[in-house]
Amino acid sequence: MSNGVTQSNTRDRALFALAAVCAVLLCVDFYKIFLILPDEANQGAIYRIVYVHVPSIFTGFTGFFVALAASAAYLATGKLKYDAFAAAVTEVSLAFATIVLATGMIWGRIIWGIWWAWDARLTTMLVCWLIYAGYLMLRRAIDEPTQRARLSAVVSIFGCVDILIVWKSIEWWRTQHPAPVLSVRDGGGMGPGMEAPIYWNWLAFMCLAAILVMVRTRQEQRSREIDSLRRMAHSY
Amino acid sequence: MIDARNFTYMFYGFAAAFVILVVYVVSLALRERKLIHEIDRVRRMVEREK
Repeated sequence: MSNGVTQSNTRDRALFALAAVCAVLLCVDFYKIFLILPDEANQGAIYRIVYVHVPSIFTGFTGFFVALAASAAYLATGKLKYDAFAAAVTEVSLAFATIVLATGMIWGRIIWGIWWAWDARLTTMLVCWLIYAGYLMLRRAIDEPTQRARLSAVVSIFGCVDILIVWKSIEWWRTQHPAPVLSVRDGGGMGPGMEAPIYWNWLAFMCLAAILVMVRTRQEQRSREIDSLRRMAHSY
Repeated sequence: MIDARNFTYMFYGFAAAFVILVVYVVSLALRERKLIHEIDRVRRMVEREK
């Protein structure tokens, strides 16, 4: 009992520490983005959406790969805690993927004059979103825990293939979506000092995602506890 | 020629991200409350069955 309380206290302290780091990083970043960095020469103020759009996709994709590792761990060991963790990470990552689609559409409306283009990058990203939304729907549709975990793990692994296609799509095909601009992808299309806030925001979003995953994982544990209590009640 | 709605749409972009996160956090909080309520109910049920 005391061990459980200590674990809970440690988890709460970790949550508050991550929340504090995230708040400080976001305040500093938004100060830089809105008050220090100038407007972009061709796009004007709206280019600042990149500081939410890109860190969100980095966070989402990182989460999907973590879910892939957890799903593989479940398939290798059969331990349901890995499945619960994969489900938590996937749900949080999907929230960030939703931000990517929404902010991209708003940026496109001004820069391209259209909300959506069926080019390779946007279409593969939408497919990616649908695959992981399907993952969550599949989990709701199957009651038996081991069958749910096995099928979900397969979908999670399958989904990561699409992530690689999303990532490479702007190199493989000519797209409406801009070519790589970040220096890590040999883009070099951003002015000096404009790229760093993207990575700092990514770190802030990762802290936020970690908080949400911790909360969501605890909920998965509670759901499993409810299931086992129900089975216990039926066995009497 | 920069679109006159440039700044407004930048605001919409940040607002959309904020709203999506808030909606998700609220859904997590509601689910947490439901789970705590359900766990109490099932525990009471197990105690009665004993």
